[in-house]
Amino acid sequence: MNNEFNLNHLYFLMQGVGWTVILSLMAFAGGGLLGFGVALARISRSRTLRWLALAYVQLVQGTPLLILMFLSYFGLSIMGLSLPAIVAAGLSMTIYVSAYIGEIWRGCIEAVPKTQWEAAECLALTRTQRLFMVILPQALRIATPPTVGFMVQIVKNTSLASVVGFVELARAGQIINNSLFEPFVVYMLVAGLYFLLCFPLSWWARKLENRLLAGRKPEPELKKGIGNVQYCES
Amino acid sequence: MTYKFDFAAVLAQWPLFLHGAWLTIQLAVIATLLGFLIGTLCAFGRGSRNGWIAQACSIYVETIRNTPLLVQIFIVYFGLSSLGLKVPAYVAAIAALVINIGAYTTEIMRAGIDSIHKGQIEAAECLALSRLQVYWHVILRPAMERVYPALTSQFVLLMLASSITSQISAEELTAIANRVQSDTYRSFETYIVVAVFYLMLSLLMRLGFWAIGQAVFTRRRRLGTTM
Repeated sequence: MNNEFNLNHLYFLMQGVGWTVILSLMAFAGGGLLGFGVALARISRSRTLRWLALAYVQLVQGTPLLILMFLSYFGLSIMGLSLPAIVAAGLSMTIYVSAYIGEIWRGCIEAVPKTQWEAAECLALTRTQRLFMVILPQALRIATPPTVGFMVQIVKNTSLASVVGFVELARAGQIINNSLFEPFVVYMLVAGLYFLLCFPLSWWARKLENRLLAGRKPEPELKKGIGNVQYCES
Repeated sequence: MTYKFDFAAVLAQWPLFLHGAWLTIQLAVIATLLGFLIGTLCAFGRGSRNGWIAQACSIYVETIRNTPLLVQIFIVYFGLSSLGLKVPAYVAAIAALVINIGAYTTEIMRAGIDSIHKGQIEAAECLALSRLQVYWHVILRPAMERVYPALTSQFVLLMLASSITSQISAEELTAIANRVQSDTYRSFETYIVVAVFYLMLSLLMRLGFWAIGQAVFTRRRRLGTTM
């Protein structure tokens, strides 16, 4: 019997960290791509498209991620696809991220002053040109701090992938705890590792936000407007 | 794809689902009220002139905000019991949720308190309002009014996040779904039904918060701006 916490356990946890990072990156890439589409659809000129995107966002934001995990896990399996857990986890994370990040980015696009649209129109740019050459570059600057802030949410929420049997950091902790039965030590260690992943991102997000707002400190209203996006966390 | 959906078996369990929804509402309401209290106190604590209190509050906020709720729940439930403090799953679930939402509320309320202009407080002092009156009428209420939308959406997210407490088998909607799922073998249908329940719960909660906002923050309506 080997009932002490040793290097092998630490190695197993570090593997968990690796999978957490991989799943986070997958979720960010997939969710970012889909979320960009959601953001564009939300400001589209087509009423149907706007309405569909809104319904999608409301649907996803009104359902817990845990339930999304179960749905994609069992949903994929009844389609006769026997896929590894990472696909189910990646799919539900992608859907989850797209709904939240789509809304964040829509807010950032709408935060660009309307006069910019009008000025670009005066220069005879088409709508696509206006969007991609004038509005989005400016929105990108506004969007960076809340996006980095949201990445913290992504990393934390990958812990829910443990319910579909994907062995990331939280699941690795559970497995080790099942063999050692030292929950306090193990979960504190797991929490510490999550903190090491998340805190630099939080810190970076705050720094970016302060830099963005550097010239406009006396206006608390503005800070609130951008901050709101970041506060909606789970 | 040859899968045949069969909702009948799942929907036959509707009293169980309703019961679960009720438990989730209870869990969310208790956690929201207690968490709001802790969060507001910590928000004031973070701005305190006493360095130790301010430091302790910001360590609390940073620790909670940078670790997953799932792990926090595990620490509260399994960790405490291994240290000899045995608590029922339901109590552990509430405790973990309160600790979690407390940290987020601190951040939000802090933003609201920061947005109160210093001149307002000075003016209140000139009018000989007591310290308590200043805190309540000049700082807290207007601050809450400003962050009300952010605060309430955070509380709705908390209600959704309470589903995670099913992992320590606390009795609520998701835990009941897991039970129905293993009774009926209709996993996909069960979770679709539960998703609809959560959707309705979050709509209900938003409606409730909107109504409370209309009733509590009357000043804004008189000024003619919508919430």
